[in-house]
Amino acid sequence: MKAARVSALIALSLLFAAPALAQQASVRLTIKDHKFSPAEVRAPANQAFTIVVKNLDSTAAEFESKSLRVEKIIAPGGEVSMQIRPLNAGRYRFFDDFHQATTEGELVVE
Amino acid sequence: MLGALIIVFREVIEAGLIVGIVLAVTRGAPGRGAYVGGGLAAGLLGAALVAVFAGALADAFSGAGQELFNAGILALAVVMLAWHNIWMASHGREMAANLRNVGIAVAEGSQSMTALAVVVAVAVLREGSEVVLFLYGIAASGTAGFGQLLLGGLLGLALGGALSVLMFYGLVAIPTRYLFAVTTALITFLAAGMASQCVVFLQQAGLVTALSGTLWDTSAILPDDSIAGRIAHVLFGYVDQPSGAQALVYFVALAGIFIATRLAAPARRPTAA
Repeated sequence: MKAARVSALIALSLLFAAPALAQQASVRLTIKDHKFSPAEVRAPANQAFTIVVKNLDSTAAEFESKSLRVEKIIAPGGEVSMQIRPLNAGRYRFFDDFHQATTEGELVVE
Repeated sequence: MLGALIIVFREVIEAGLIVGIVLAVTRGAPGRGAYVGGGLAAGLLGAALVAVFAGALADAFSGAGQELFNAGILALAVVMLAWHNIWMASHGREMAANLRNVGIAVAEGSQSMTALAVVVAVAVLREGSEVVLFLYGIAASGTAGFGQLLLGGLLGLALGGALSVLMFYGLVAIPTRYLFAVTTALITFLAAGMASQCVVFLQQAGLVTALSGTLWDTSAILPDDSIAGRIAHVLFGYVDQPSGAQALVYFVALAGIFIATRLAAPARRPTAA
């Protein structure tokens, strides 16, 4: 009985701890004059992390990546963060969906 | 101008196809113009509101506001589509059989129409808020060639509308006795695709972490961001790099709605035709 309760507690705490743990590793980007800075960022392979993007422009942006499977609108002057799943090593392209011609970058996972 | 045209058209495709399907499904139903128009208007109003409050929305729920909002309205659309299918399966045949005798059917049918109006509103809301933000960005930057960009955006909108018309005429060209089966199947795929899209937002919010690996990668054959890929995405929920969770939810929704629709259909009677 007690063991069951303890294991349920552990399971519960794991459930809530998982997102918190994932937030430890984060990749930060800024958008200014419709350019990502830095244009190339690095993240460790096989572990979840977050991407935080700050938009310093006066127009909205939409951070998007097909291979990372994210799309998120960033208001002018706003900052957003996205949860990224554990990734295999490789290169992942991302872009601002509203200014694809100028605003793109790459995530290098290794 | 071409750039703006393409971006806006790309966003409008989804709403355009869905409006076309809804128009075909509701053809001949009394007062359907008001429902579809109401859905469109509500969607546009919602899109403008979402665009204006994009910042506040993003910050809600400790940064997961956008994801939860998108997941929520997609789930709503899935429920409405499933409900419409099930309702049509149980009543549609009788309604079609004696169109003149629709006393009760009209009252009940209006619920089904409301469901479709909600679907139209959701489709317009989702894509519309991006169009509003994009066009607003153009307007705000106030650069030279603003008129050109705006013209491109408007042409993109018009093309999206033309796609609705094409979808509508394509569907209504189907002989009436098959039309019901075709639209039922279309709506089932549409709903399954939205359910899988809903999972993507829950994954992005960090709420769903299971089965996050990529199941396959067909981006070299049919990329998501091509026009054909977009259309396949709307109609069948196609994505070029789906996660396991996405695929699972897709097939569960597909099977669930299909079975529920089957169960709701009255036992097949031998038909005179």
